[in-house]
Amino acid sequence: MTIPLPISLQVNGERVDAQVLPRLNLADFLREHLKLTGTHVGCEHGVCGACTVRVNGEIVRSCLMLAAQTHGASIETIEGLSDSGEIADLQAAFGDRNALQCGFCTPGMLVAAQDLLKQEAEPDRERIREHLSGNYCRCTGYQAIVDAVEATARARRERNP
Amino acid sequence: MTASTSPETLSVLDRPNSYIGKVVPRPNLERLLQGRGLYVSDMELPRMAHVVFLRSPHAHARIVSIDAAAAKQMQGVIAVVSGTELAAVITPWVGVLTHLKGLKSAPQHAIALDRVCWQGEAVAAVVATSRAVAEDAAELVAVDYKELEAVTDMRTALDPATPVIHPSLGDNLAFERNLDAGAVDAAFADSDAVVEAEFVFGRHTGVTLEPRAVVADWNAAEARLTIYQGTQAPHMVQNIAALHLGLEESQVRVVCKDVGGSFGIKVHIYADEMAVYALSKLLRRPIKFVADRVESFNTDIHARDHRCKGRIGVKRDGTITAFEIDDLTGIGPYSMYPRTSAIEANQVVNLVGGPYATKHYRARARVVFQNKNVMCQYRAVGHPIACSVTEGLVDLAALRIGMDPVEIRRRNLIADDAYPCASPSGLKFEQLSHHAALNKLIGMMDYDALRAEQAALRKRNIHRGIGIASFIEVTNPSAAFYGVGGARISSQDGVAVRLDAQGSVICQTSITEQGQGSESLTAQIVGSVLGVSMARVRVILGDTDNTPYGGGTWASRGAGIGGEAALQAAKVLRRNILDVAAAILQASPAELDIANNAVVNAEDGAVRIELRELARIVYFRPDTLPPGIQPELMATRHFVPREYPFAFTNGVQAAWIEVDTDTGFVKLLRHWVVEDCGTIINPQLVDEQIRGGVVQGLGAALFEKCIYDERGQLTNANMADYLVPMSGEMPDIDIGHVISPTLETELGAKGAGEAGTAAAAAAVANAANDALRPFGVIITEIPLTPQVILTALGRI
Repeated sequence: MTIPLPISLQVNGERVDAQVLPRLNLADFLREHLKLTGTHVGCEHGVCGACTVRVNGEIVRSCLMLAAQTHGASIETIEGLSDSGEIADLQAAFGDRNALQCGFCTPGMLVAAQDLLKQEAEPDRERIREHLSGNYCRCTGYQAIVDAVEATARARRERNP
Repeated sequence: MTASTSPETLSVLDRPNSYIGKVVPRPNLERLLQGRGLYVSDMELPRMAHVVFLRSPHAHARIVSIDAAAAKQMQGVIAVVSGTELAAVITPWVGVLTHLKGLKSAPQHAIALDRVCWQGEAVAAVVATSRAVAEDAAELVAVDYKELEAVTDMRTALDPATPVIHPSLGDNLAFERNLDAGAVDAAFADSDAVVEAEFVFGRHTGVTLEPRAVVADWNAAEARLTIYQGTQAPHMVQNIAALHLGLEESQVRVVCKDVGGSFGIKVHIYADEMAVYALSKLLRRPIKFVADRVESFNTDIHARDHRCKGRIGVKRDGTITAFEIDDLTGIGPYSMYPRTSAIEANQVVNLVGGPYATKHYRARARVVFQNKNVMCQYRAVGHPIACSVTEGLVDLAALRIGMDPVEIRRRNLIADDAYPCASPSGLKFEQLSHHAALNKLIGMMDYDALRAEQAALRKRNIHRGIGIASFIEVTNPSAAFYGVGGARISSQDGVAVRLDAQGSVICQTSITEQGQGSESLTAQIVGSVLGVSMARVRVILGDTDNTPYGGGTWASRGAGIGGEAALQAAKVLRRNILDVAAAILQASPAELDIANNAVVNAEDGAVRIELRELARIVYFRPDTLPPGIQPELMATRHFVPREYPFAFTNGVQAAWIEVDTDTGFVKLLRHWVVEDCGTIINPQLVDEQIRGGVVQGLGAALFEKCIYDERGQLTNANMADYLVPMSGEMPDIDIGHVISPTLETELGAKGAGEAGTAAAAAAVANAANDALRPFGVIITEIPLTPQVILTALGRI
């Protein structure tokens, strides 16, 4: 159980090869091994959503997944989604609306919001609130976040009618 | 040019291109949006080791022995340190302040010596090369405990049969305050009705998303400790760390980068944080501590565990004759350091009845020790208790005499033209606007239409309720809060501004940023006064080596106090720049102004010299300046309120909710707030502070409670069992403003950070009782869980 396992995966489009202990979770692997500290750790048991990342296109709680399970996977973190420009409009909407205060929930919130926006072109406020209901924010009270996601959905529809 | 339009006399609030009162984006957002902030939990230093604290599983026990031999043998373990070993490096403390007369507490150590007093108190520190190794090793440390009887129920903490937690103190009473103002007995006797109730508040906590974290780095060669910590008050941490490690303050630097939420949780200094400072000194290397979520629940301060009996007298015409309260709160085994755990109860005494005109008020507050986690100041300290009690009593009085809740408030709120005036508890009010706020709120929510909707739905067995809660909020605290009691917690703040060699502005401020927008408001003020665009103002904060001395950001003081210091410093720099410009341009300073990053003619706005060019001349070609000119392109100013101990704000909130009488669930439909924080520097930041604050109050109203069993075990110390507000349950919140600037500052800003939390729970509780009126049920307990509601309805 304590023998490191070799893994190979893509992280933000880069190939990563590593030796990981079986017990190492993905959040700690990203933060401590790859120094991708934009993935935050809030509760370490899958409730707060701060560690949300994308694995093979699906959002997951990286504290609930073992690094060893990601062999062969493609992972995207907030750093990758920022650099690719995929969520630039969503990030700008968060900034315009002050949809973040301390910013600790923000990476997970953005990843979760983008997941919704990729699935649905016209989510209403209730749908946005429901989709983000696994991401805890202590600062904003959520309204500004819902506003920012709603505004981004609208802007994307106008760009791609 | 008339005096009123002279740039020298023109207020910053009126200058052209002013950022004051405008929505402008916060300058520090992009790095947070990209996940490229730097929180303490992200930090790594060379040779850094990780500490894990072994914590007591018992609420009260004697430590018989600690056997760390096996742990010390583990590969990667650097040290296992007991309380006794650490006490050689750091001295204990007692969390008392002299202005809270009679407050007592016992010496507290960084790590327990021979006795633990709450479940979660640290008994040993395990330091290793990684957090995982330290956690493994902690499991190998064997501690032999002898369990002692735990004092858990605050109601029996003072009974003679209850063990005294600290025998040297004589009893379990930490603090008591009594107040008797006016003629309370006569006022009650003169009332047409007297209504009583006991209000019960759930113990809850801050649940910052980033847990408390600290990296302490003792450099033995420099004999200097650098503390990286997410704190609201860096200079306070510097003072306390130096004091207890036997250092000069100049030997301690506190650096505060990004902070993952604070809300008062990170304005204190915790025993385990003290231990980290000491461990770094002891082991001569950087030590990192990040609390995990279970530790956060067991050791982050809790708040609001109050039981408050209240009485209100009222006449048939709605006149409130008197308030009386008897408040009891349990604070855990120690008064927290250095701000003490008596402040919340003290605030309750100060604030009850605060919005109302009656002069007759009697209060008793008692603060008792228990074997539970420590309680201390959390966002809106005391306000939610005082507001819920006051507003709950006002609604009960209205119900008794058959008066509408809005009408009874109209008849009793202090008149808007009655200021300045004082409350029965001695609070000085400069200018409040209760009636204007209430009128605005009634309009925003369309009160009459909601009442009609409520009545119509009731016929269909849908039970909705409206709850109103007026409030006052303590902001901009002077030395009256802590300094007068002997705490080295600064109530003044300082700001230094300088023009750099390219004509941009660097601004160092002693207030701190935890997401409120301190950087933004500072840049907005400085940019506005100087006539420099915000993009060219860089704000530095959170570093005791690199900012003026000051209090930091807490008690809704950043904008009002730090903002005024920024304004005054920028005014001096502006004058200095114009003096230099006048010398260069052979003009008079009065003929010149600064706008859009250039010195311009005051009269016609024509550009005379770019600030970039002025800075080039000053820094690189001073030889070309006229003789005798010594430019000073840096200015520093400090500010502290002196006239009013606190700048009170006021406001009113309303909740519109639906109670499902079958399931006991409450649905929040809409929430309204009207608030008066004086001058608004950035409306968006103010509104979002209020919204976030409201939601914290809504959490207290419906969900949040630290549930202890009778043995002092916290049974829901995780985020699955301790419920916090999530997006799905929260309503949209409408916000309006009345603006009564404080005249004590040129800026006129009061605080807004705690207004939302102050009254949200009171509004919801009043709404719940309004919804349940047909059932003849009154609930005076929060959180309003389904269990509480169904029990009140007699359904379970």
